Amino acid sequence: MSDARTAILGRLRASGETGPLPSLDTAVLERRQWSATERMVRLRKGMEAVHTEFLEASPANWPAVVRAFCDREGLNNLLYGPTSEAGAALAATWAASGTQLMPYDRPVEAFKQELFTGVDAGFTGTVGGVAETGGLLLMPGSAEPRLMSLVPPIHIALLRASTIQDSFWSAVKVLGWGRSLPPNALLISGPSKTADIEQTLAYGVHGPKRLIVVLVDDLA
Amino acid sequence: MHAKSSEHEILFRDSASKALLDPQLRANFRRAMDGLITKRRNQFPDPGDLQDLRHLSTAIRSRSLLALPELLEQFEANCTKNGIQVHWAETCEQANELILGIMQARGAKTLVKGKSMVSEEMHLNAYLEAHGIEALESDLGEYIIQLDGETPSHIIMPAIHKNKDQIARQFSQKIKDAKYTEDVDELTAMARRVLRQKFLDADAGLSGVNFAVAETGTLCLVENEGNGRMSTHVPPLHIAVMGLEKVVARLEDVVPLYAILTRSATGQAVSTYFNLITAPRGTDEKDGPQEVHLVILDNGRSRMYADPQLRATLRCIRCGACMNHCPVYTRIGGHAYEAVYPGPIGKILTPQMEGVGVRHDLIHGSSLCGACAEVCPVEIPIPEILVRLRREATHEDVGSDVLGKGTGRTATEDWAWRIWAGVLKRPALYRVATWFATRFGKALPAGAPLIKHWTRTRTKPVPARRSLSERMRTEGANHV
Repeated sequence: MSDARTAILGRLRASGETGPLPSLDTAVLERRQWSATERMVRLRKGMEAVHTEFLEASPANWPAVVRAFCDREGLNNLLYGPTSEAGAALAATWAASGTQLMPYDRPVEAFKQELFTGVDAGFTGTVGGVAETGGLLLMPGSAEPRLMSLVPPIHIALLRASTIQDSFWSAVKVLGWGRSLPPNALLISGPSKTADIEQTLAYGVHGPKRLIVVLVDDLA
Repeated sequence: MHAKSSEHEILFRDSASKALLDPQLRANFRRAMDGLITKRRNQFPDPGDLQDLRHLSTAIRSRSLLALPELLEQFEANCTKNGIQVHWAETCEQANELILGIMQARGAKTLVKGKSMVSEEMHLNAYLEAHGIEALESDLGEYIIQLDGETPSHIIMPAIHKNKDQIARQFSQKIKDAKYTEDVDELTAMARRVLRQKFLDADAGLSGVNFAVAETGTLCLVENEGNGRMSTHVPPLHIAVMGLEKVVARLEDVVPLYAILTRSATGQAVSTYFNLITAPRGTDEKDGPQEVHLVILDNGRSRMYADPQLRATLRCIRCGACMNHCPVYTRIGGHAYEAVYPGPIGKILTPQMEGVGVRHDLIHGSSLCGACAEVCPVEIPIPEILVRLRREATHEDVGSDVLGKGTGRTATEDWAWRIWAGVLKRPALYRVATWFATRFGKALPAGAPLIKHWTRTRTKPVPARRSLSERMRTEGANHV
């Protein structure tokens, strides 16, 4: 359809009276600034309001916190990315009995059915958080494939408090997402939800029914 | 389905009157719209911040449109570099053919869809089904209305016209092994069970695009349910469709637009997911679609672009706030518009896409109260554009490129104006007519032809016994 392309762009160009570009005043996006501790509190408050659950942890004990959660919930398995930093750290101390660690180390076609029906939870890292509205920033990819945070009914995400930014605006700048982006990047603020039936909120419609944030306090 | 030819044309006046008589429908909409208005208001506690954010959003959309052809080329080049295959369609027919072709080339037979108003505009589902391809809506609201063969009644909440009793009955009849329940969590779980299997089995997934970023070649998707991520990441083939106006220069531009979109639409500070798709599955990746295609649709948009005033229509980010706040929409709901896009934005979009003469009374079904323009996050002057389209419908102005200009005239209206002009041009005739109107106007029955349309909802005006000029002649003018 290169004909359509030529015709459309030709028409747009023919009518483009190029006026002065309106200036952009972005001050409204920079008004909200908090201390690192306040950012942690705000993020948590925002995400809890939409049913996200939090587990408090320290830089040293977070693998044990994840493990304790899995045991408490009686999870059969936990999908993880063996080559990701968080995944490798989790596997290093994982006890062999109880919840089985399940590496996402094959193309999805090799275990699609199992991924949809036989996985209890998925564990991923994050690349940051957003204090203003509450939210996690993820960059799925080869180490942590895209479906880990979507298909299993429970998503467990590791968040280091020091990576929480004031706003989505500041996060985009800090992460350098402006110039180029990975194949997939993601903001997640809670478990999957819908209000399509009489505006009544219901959780877990297509994606995870529960979102568990393991919040590592590394501010000290 | 909207009427395409005038012989099947349903007047907006008639469909609106019918909707007004449905108390269930009115209750469903009233409750929903009140809720949305409150939720939106709570998201903007500081009026100053709201205005600053609106001005910024308006400026970003205006800038993007000013540079539209260049941005589209840059966007296409970056998408191509990232491995996204870009296609262009002038019409909905072309876009449908393109999508069918992409699916057939991969032997794809089933399609799961994330919510996309452009695909509604194309009537894609019907087209694909006619060619043996199953197109299944996966947004819960869209799924609910597809089960009943209905069209969306709201651009953000497509099943808002139904209450849970109606949905409960529908699910128990149409979903296999479903029991009757009015519990919203259970109803949601039923849909989840059905649709998960569909995501797993689908050969292809379709999505719309909320924002397209030229600098990075990225498709941005805003959603709460996760069906958009499912549709775009689970099947091996992802096809996205977008109107050509969606592109912005940089990712930074998206940040304020996203902030004002979710707040204006559903009164949420942030959606559950904001999904940035820049490339298909990379060589080192284990999931994600192997192919991503993007269809860029014109369908009248370049014509809107050509007109300096009407171009503002293209600033729209499809939040639906204008319908939530519209006194007409709130009372009649979305279906009475008989159009893909209902409410105030639909009233200016539909005539520009299909012609101002189509359902010619649609553009008149507004009190011009201005609530839509007041809440619009990108400050589209919807009432002004409506007035402009009203003029276009009855005039054939030179230099105007509005589709169907001049085709909205009616013979009655034409004659009324001709008589009016004839009388005004002849002073003697004017005096005679005024004399009759002042002496006998009172005797004219309220139910007389033509007059009855006015008096149906208003008191009949009573002319003064003597006209102003008569009184001036006899009483003289008192210049103060």
